[in-house]
Amino acid sequence: MSNKIKKKSTFIDMTAMSDVTVLLLTFFMLTSTFVQKEPVQVNPPQSVSEIKIPETNIVSVLIEPNGKVFMSLDKQPDRRNVLQKMGEFYKIEFTNEELKKFELLPSFGVPIRGMKEFLALSTEEQDRMILNYGIPCDSLNNEFKEWMRNSKIVNKDLSIAIKADHATPYPLIRDIMNTLQDLRENRYNLITSLKDMPEI
Amino acid sequence: MAEIQENSDSGKRGKQKKFNVRVDFTPMVDMNMLLITFFMLCTTMSKPQTMEIAMPRKDVIDDDMTLVKESNAVTILLGKDDKIYYYLGRLQEADYENPEKLQEANFSGDENSIRALLLGRNREVVQQIKDLKIRKENLEIADSTYKKEVTEVKKNKDAPRVSIKASDFSNYKNLIDALDEMHICNIGVYSIEDITAGDLRLLENLTGGGYEKQTETEVKQ
Repeated sequence: MSNKIKKKSTFIDMTAMSDVTVLLLTFFMLTSTFVQKEPVQVNPPQSVSEIKIPETNIVSVLIEPNGKVFMSLDKQPDRRNVLQKMGEFYKIEFTNEELKKFELLPSFGVPIRGMKEFLALSTEEQDRMILNYGIPCDSLNNEFKEWMRNSKIVNKDLSIAIKADHATPYPLIRDIMNTLQDLRENRYNLITSLKDMPEI
Repeated sequence: MAEIQENSDSGKRGKQKKFNVRVDFTPMVDMNMLLITFFMLCTTMSKPQTMEIAMPRKDVIDDDMTLVKESNAVTILLGKDDKIYYYLGRLQEADYENPEKLQEANFSGDENSIRALLLGRNREVVQQIKDLKIRKENLEIADSTYKKEVTEVKKNKDAPRVSIKASDFSNYKNLIDALDEMHICNIGVYSIEDITAGDLRLLENLTGGGYEKQTETEVKQ
C-alpha cells in the first residue's frame, strides 16, 4: 500500500480570485456608458479638436456615406412628444402603444408615412428594414426639417450633433447644414474622433 | 457546490461533529468573468470628440467677409480626389486667364501644404499664442486668462480671413480637415461658403476635371 501515490487535494481557493473579479465588475458597471445602438456603422473623420460632447440633451443626426439620414434623441419622453407632434403635423394618429414602442427605439429613420407599419414590426425586422429607409431630407419632402423643428419645440435645450461618415459626399452635408440654417440652428457639433495636434 | 467535509475522527461519540465548510468559488468567478467581458465590450470609455461650429444666419447678410482687406483674404477650394486649392485675394475677371492665381496645396504639413501657407501668413498670431501657452505651462497665467488672451490675439487685424468653399466632389473628411487646419493655424475668422461659378471656372481651368458640370446643373435648377 505504501507505493501508492499520495492523493493530493486539487481544491484551489477561489475566494481571492472572486474578490478581484467582483471589484473589476463594480468598476466597469460604474464607469460604463452604454454604446448607443446605431442602425449603420459610421466612421467619423479625425480632428484635433478636444471639445467633448455634452452628456445629455443631444439630438444626433447620423449621416451614412450614401446619404441616408437617421436621428436619435437621448431622452425617452422627448421621443414620445416628438412623434406626437410629428403625427399632428402630418395628420397621422399614433396609438399609445405605438408611441411607447417609438420611445424604446434608440434611433429612427423611416419616412413618417411608413412609421406606423415600421412600429408594428419586430425588433429584428426593424433593424433590417431601417437600412432601406432613412429620413427624407430633399427639398420636396424635407421631413428631417420637421423632425428637427419639433425636437427643438419639445426640448429647447437640445444641442445638435452631426455624426457623418468621413466618406460622405459634401453635397449631402451641405443639404443638412442648409436645413439647419433655415431653422436658425446655427450652432452645432460635428462629431469627430481624436487625432494628435501636430507640432507647429 | 459547498462541500462539507466530515472530519476523520468520527469514532468519538457525544462530541459535536466538526465540519470543515468550504465553498467552491469557481462558478462564481466564471460568472463574474462573463459579466466583466460583457461590460467591457458594451462600454465606451471615451466620449467622442466634437468640433463646434457656428454658421451665420441666412437672413442676415454678413458683411464681415466683404469688408476684409484683399491682402488678408484666403480662399480654400476643396476639389476632387481629396485635392485642395487656394487663391489669395479676391477674384477679378483677369484672374481666369492667370494660371498663377489658383495653387494646389495639401493637408500634409510640408512646404506646399495649406498649413505652411497659413502659418506663414498668420505668423504674428501664432507666435503670440505660443508665448501665451508657455506662460500658461509655467503657471504664470490662469487657464481662463489664457483663453481670454487667445481670443483677443485672434482678433488681429492682419490675420488671414479664410473662406472654405467645398465643391460637390469633395467629401466630409476634406471639410473637417480644412476646419482642422484653421484650428491648428489659430485662424480667428473663417467661414464655410458656397462655391461660386467663378471658383469652379478657376478649378476647371487649372485641372480640367469636369468641375464646370456642377455649374451647369446648378444653373438648370
